[in-house]
Amino acid sequence: MNYTNEIREFIVSSFLFGDRASLQDDTSLLDSGIVDSTGILELITFLEDTYKLKIEPEETIPDNLDSINKVVRFLSERQAKVA
Amino acid sequence: MVVSITFKLETPFKMHQRTFSAALLKLDCEKEMARIETVMRETVLRQFRKKGVVLGMSGGVDSSVVAAMAVRILGKERVFGLLMPERDSAGDTLSLSKLMAEHLGIEYATEDISPILEVVGCYRRRDEAIRRVIPEYAEGDKNKIALPALGDKQSYRLFKVVVQHKDGRLAEANLDLKSYLGIVAATNFKQRTRKMLEYYYADSMNFAVAGTPNRLEYDQGFFVKLGDGTADIKPIAHLYKTQVYQMAEFLKLPEIIRSRPPTTDTYSLPQSQEEFYFSLPYDKMDQVLYGKNNGYSAAEIGQGMGLSAEQVERVLADIEGKRKVANYLHAAPAVVEDIR
Repeated sequence: MNYTNEIREFIVSSFLFGDRASLQDDTSLLDSGIVDSTGILELITFLEDTYKLKIEPEETIPDNLDSINKVVRFLSERQAKVA
Repeated sequence: MVVSITFKLETPFKMHQRTFSAALLKLDCEKEMARIETVMRETVLRQFRKKGVVLGMSGGVDSSVVAAMAVRILGKERVFGLLMPERDSAGDTLSLSKLMAEHLGIEYATEDISPILEVVGCYRRRDEAIRRVIPEYAEGDKNKIALPALGDKQSYRLFKVVVQHKDGRLAEANLDLKSYLGIVAATNFKQRTRKMLEYYYADSMNFAVAGTPNRLEYDQGFFVKLGDGTADIKPIAHLYKTQVYQMAEFLKLPEIIRSRPPTTDTYSLPQSQEEFYFSLPYDKMDQVLYGKNNGYSAAEIGQGMGLSAEQVERVLADIEGKRKVANYLHAAPAVVEDIR
């Protein structure tokens, strides 16, 4: 699955309104101000609905969600656990 | 022989010269009152041409201090208090606000806003949002939303709802986006309804409306847009909460008002302001905010507070994040070109 492109498209359309120049795969979503605390909830909802998984409270940490690369890694690890 | 000596500036220029400590928040209350008096007289009486001020009084220290200031500056006949409890209000809200109004000798009115909130669906909409995550939540159960404390590790602070059923059992659940927005939107009716009534009385008396946010609330967006965030004058918006308490003592407010812990008084379960919004208790938030506003480093602030620089950095990041959200709350309507 091409998580990278899907997640990038979601962030660009939901938070950057098409302005993709400011987003790299390792851009910190919090530090850059792209996502705030409500935005994190939006991201979690998107990941749960799109990839049919439940993100547990202990998993809602920046290490798992704060950049495209981190989200991709998190999803890949979750996928590997299910397989 | 010519000796050339070059001095290299090792330390960056600082805005301040004093070591960071809580004592930096000590206020000259007399001088501050004079400053507030000048602004209140100039804006309310001369600029707005209003006869006095109306304010909502909750029995909390902020609205009590603003009311006492207004009485001192304008005279008690020019200050009108509005007491606006609703069914989720704390048990002592009405008695404390009444006590304060009578202590000042001002005219006041009591308007229970529960019927308005019922009609507009405040409680029903809030309860529907809660039931999305706690299906067994029933009418009459108590509730609040809460944030986890700022922990040792970097983590997101995501809201959860806490419910106390009628039989005393507690339940809690993390809020998803729809539930979180639904609960906040529904409970915002409370602040907006109160503001609607304040302006009704203000319009009918040709008074202005005084708002009561303190600096921490104003800076951090701890208010509802077009609710308690709206007013014609906000006399204590520049004062840290710690300083508001100093003014309360200076103005000789009743001890019971001065000693009441800050709450949101929005949810039926008691909810502290740091559970709902802030990272730390108000006195510590004040210190970090003061340090940030006056050019102190995280290390300097931490040393003065007994916290690590890393802990202070996390609070500073939280402050900065909330300031960004507060931009929207403070913003005037956008217009295409300058009209006036």
